[in-house]
Amino acid sequence: MNSSLSASTKVVLPEGWRTSALAQLSTHENVLACLEVDLNAQLHFSLGFLIVTDQRVLFGFQSVGSAPVWAIWPLTAGMQMTHTDHAGVGALSLVDATQRLASWRFTLTHNVTAMRLQEMFADRIEVLTHGKSLASMAQARCPQCKLQLENAGDDCPVCSREQHAPMSTWGLFRLWRFAKPYQWRLLAGFLLTLASTAATLVPPYLTMPLMDDVLIPFQNGKDIDHDLVALYLGGLLGAALVAWGLGWLKTYILALVSERIGADLRTTAYEHLMRLSLEYFGGRRTGDLMNRIGAETDRICVFLSLHLLDFATDVLMIVMTASILISIDPKLAAATLLPLPFIVWLIHTVRDKLRTGFEKIDRVWSELTNVLADTIPGIRVVKAFAQEQREANRFRDANKHNLAVNDRINFVWSLFSPTVTLMTELGLLVVWGVGIWLVSHHQITVGVLAAFLAYIGRFYTRLDSMSRIVSHTQKAAAGAKRIFEILDHVSSVPETLHPQKLPVPLQGNIEIQDAGFRYGNRAVIRGMNLSIRPGEMIGLVGQSGSGKSTLVNLICRFYDLSEGSIKLDGIDIRNISLSDFRSHIGMVLQEPFLFFGTISDNIAYGKPDATREEIVAAARAAHAHEFILRLPQGYDSLVGERGQGLSGGERQRISIARALLINPRILILDEATASVDTETEQEIQKALDNLVQGRTTIAIAHRLSTLNKADRLVVMEQGVVVEEGDHDTLMARQGAYFRLYEAQAKNTGDAVVRPSKESV
Amino acid sequence: MSAAFTLAFDSFGKLVVTMADGTKHVGAVVARAFPIKAPDQNISILSAEGKELAWVESLNDLPERERDLVSQALQAREFMPEILSLEGVNSFSTPSVWRVQTTRGPTQLVLKGEEDIRRLSTNTLIVADAHGVQFLIRDLPSLDRHTRKLLDRFL
Repeated sequence: MNSSLSASTKVVLPEGWRTSALAQLSTHENVLACLEVDLNAQLHFSLGFLIVTDQRVLFGFQSVGSAPVWAIWPLTAGMQMTHTDHAGVGALSLVDATQRLASWRFTLTHNVTAMRLQEMFADRIEVLTHGKSLASMAQARCPQCKLQLENAGDDCPVCSREQHAPMSTWGLFRLWRFAKPYQWRLLAGFLLTLASTAATLVPPYLTMPLMDDVLIPFQNGKDIDHDLVALYLGGLLGAALVAWGLGWLKTYILALVSERIGADLRTTAYEHLMRLSLEYFGGRRTGDLMNRIGAETDRICVFLSLHLLDFATDVLMIVMTASILISIDPKLAAATLLPLPFIVWLIHTVRDKLRTGFEKIDRVWSELTNVLADTIPGIRVVKAFAQEQREANRFRDANKHNLAVNDRINFVWSLFSPTVTLMTELGLLVVWGVGIWLVSHHQITVGVLAAFLAYIGRFYTRLDSMSRIVSHTQKAAAGAKRIFEILDHVSSVPETLHPQKLPVPLQGNIEIQDAGFRYGNRAVIRGMNLSIRPGEMIGLVGQSGSGKSTLVNLICRFYDLSEGSIKLDGIDIRNISLSDFRSHIGMVLQEPFLFFGTISDNIAYGKPDATREEIVAAARAAHAHEFILRLPQGYDSLVGERGQGLSGGERQRISIARALLINPRILILDEATASVDTETEQEIQKALDNLVQGRTTIAIAHRLSTLNKADRLVVMEQGVVVEEGDHDTLMARQGAYFRLYEAQAKNTGDAVVRPSKESV
Repeated sequence: MSAAFTLAFDSFGKLVVTMADGTKHVGAVVARAFPIKAPDQNISILSAEGKELAWVESLNDLPERERDLVSQALQAREFMPEILSLEGVNSFSTPSVWRVQTTRGPTQLVLKGEEDIRRLSTNTLIVADAHGVQFLIRDLPSLDRHTRKLLDRFL
């Protein structure tokens, strides 16, 4: 019939509803869209099924154990389907001119489908009313982000990237990725371990001939053969020396490798962290992240260099010992190895308990760090409100929690080690018993028994230390899991696979289409359209919370839109590589952040290879040159973490110089003059005027007077643009801008009046 | 106490507030100020533009008709299912799919990361799922043993 219906062939009814739905449809009816809703009118989880055909809207719902009941509304011209969402619940309402006919609710899981359904419905109504389809429908678009798709109903490549695959629990094996570059050194380390372990097994073996060929014949009245004794003792000494040398070499090599693996892990985790979007940092606490990258990589490193090595040695030792024992005397060996399966089982059961416990300890540990990371930067607030005691209590509570979790784990843990020791003693007992019995039956010599006892001492201490590794392995596995959590996190602002090049020179034309953004479940920006010409200066005004800063964050691509698109010179910003895109953006924020370093380093932050001349020129243009020269070390003066020692205005001018230096096409001024006094403001304003020239500028300001240079003012309210135009038009319109302006004029009027009253 | 306003739903299902002076506000919104700590107290009625029209100290202060309408409006707007029990999880590492019984019926939720479980107080938790629905755990110790054991792996 027409283009919109050709898409309908793609609609697939879900299994559970198909039979029941098909029974409702007539043969000439085409299904345009369908949606499974998961909430009822009282917002209880209950399934329903909504179908839009070319003739009707059908809704089926099913109470437990009965056939679905269907409600039907024939389509008529003038009908509307509205879509709203609040607190994670979306709603579609069917209304005609006089009343609401029905409404359906669903969790946002189904939001994309719902919007597609709404679009299909609107298009069908358009056909019914005007006899033709909307122009926009000729092209299939993703209902959520308006990206053009090949076929209607295809999954949008941008929106369908949310995936929830569970992670493998074998976290430690994933470290192989980091070990691979060192595989040859690791192999060398392993061979050395093998050799040194073998060397340590020689001395007990020599006890056998020492006993049988030297001591026992002596007891039976023969003389001691001095040459033989010298040979055996020399063997003992040699084995010890070889074991010492090899042990030293293997520990050194493996420690080197593990230290490098740890360092790689740390760097990779940090690099990845830097690439994650602001959204990630917004939802996480500094202390926790610091803990993961600092302490936990170190723990993994220690595990690899010490414990894993020990473990490998232990396993080798046990295997070798076992084969030697069996080769000497299978019967006694069987008795010796009897407790082994039991110990293995014990280790296995305790392991699971310990691992969850150690994960818990890690989380509690992060909690402790978080208290520190909260209070130390906020110490002024703490002291100003005299809440030192309360913060101390908070720390003590977190610490108590830490103790409680540790106590629980330690109970299991402390029981474990002595149990292994007990098992060892019992094993020894068995060997003595069986050994004496075998000697008395002349099946083995005393020397063999002595060798067994010497071996078994080592054997069981190995088992004991192996049991110890359980805790370290679990600690390291927990640490690895938390690091891989960072590494597995895909940035919510992903780099595109096929970046489009930005044109050179860049014009700086910004086009915002149908933009919508949701933060958590709160819609912050809705249905926004704005186009900014190259070189134009836009002033964004509106009450706080109206979405101005969010819009700026979206333009900078700190976040990605939930709906719609933003285009720079006609290219969707999601299709531009991030570093390329951001190199064209300069930002001046309300609270300028200065890194620890010299002033010139801070100015050159966005362009580290800037020459001294460029830096000075930028500082001059930012009106920062003179005050910098007044500092004792000039451009080489050190500024601290939050720029202590510089006033707010001075810091702001440094950040303006920083923005000037990269010579961006697009400039963002987010309340750049809000935190300084009027006089400084004028100074900064002069600097800003230099900055703005010829660049596409978006400025946010509360003080409307600072926007008098703007070509156009955009007034926002609750995430929507309500007015647009220059100062005079907006004043003449007497709308939202007029109210804002009036309110401010009144305030400044008061401010002028008040001091004069005091002076009277 | 007689209310300073009257409420009604129009044929579009929108809440209409008529103030004492006769002004009408269509599309008003009812919101709890402390949905967790004091759900039945401190309720605000806002205009569609977000201006506060009336403040209700306690639901019980309202006449019965108004109270019903307010509850009705709240019920249709508020969505914070309370987790009654956790039946199973598909994995102890995140993202993890939980099968839960809630005050709003059985459902599934996807937990993206452990930090999406937030502690409001020692025993009250909020679990935000991947799609922005917030689930409430009002009193941790009062949940059944199985649920607590599973939850413990994430806390």
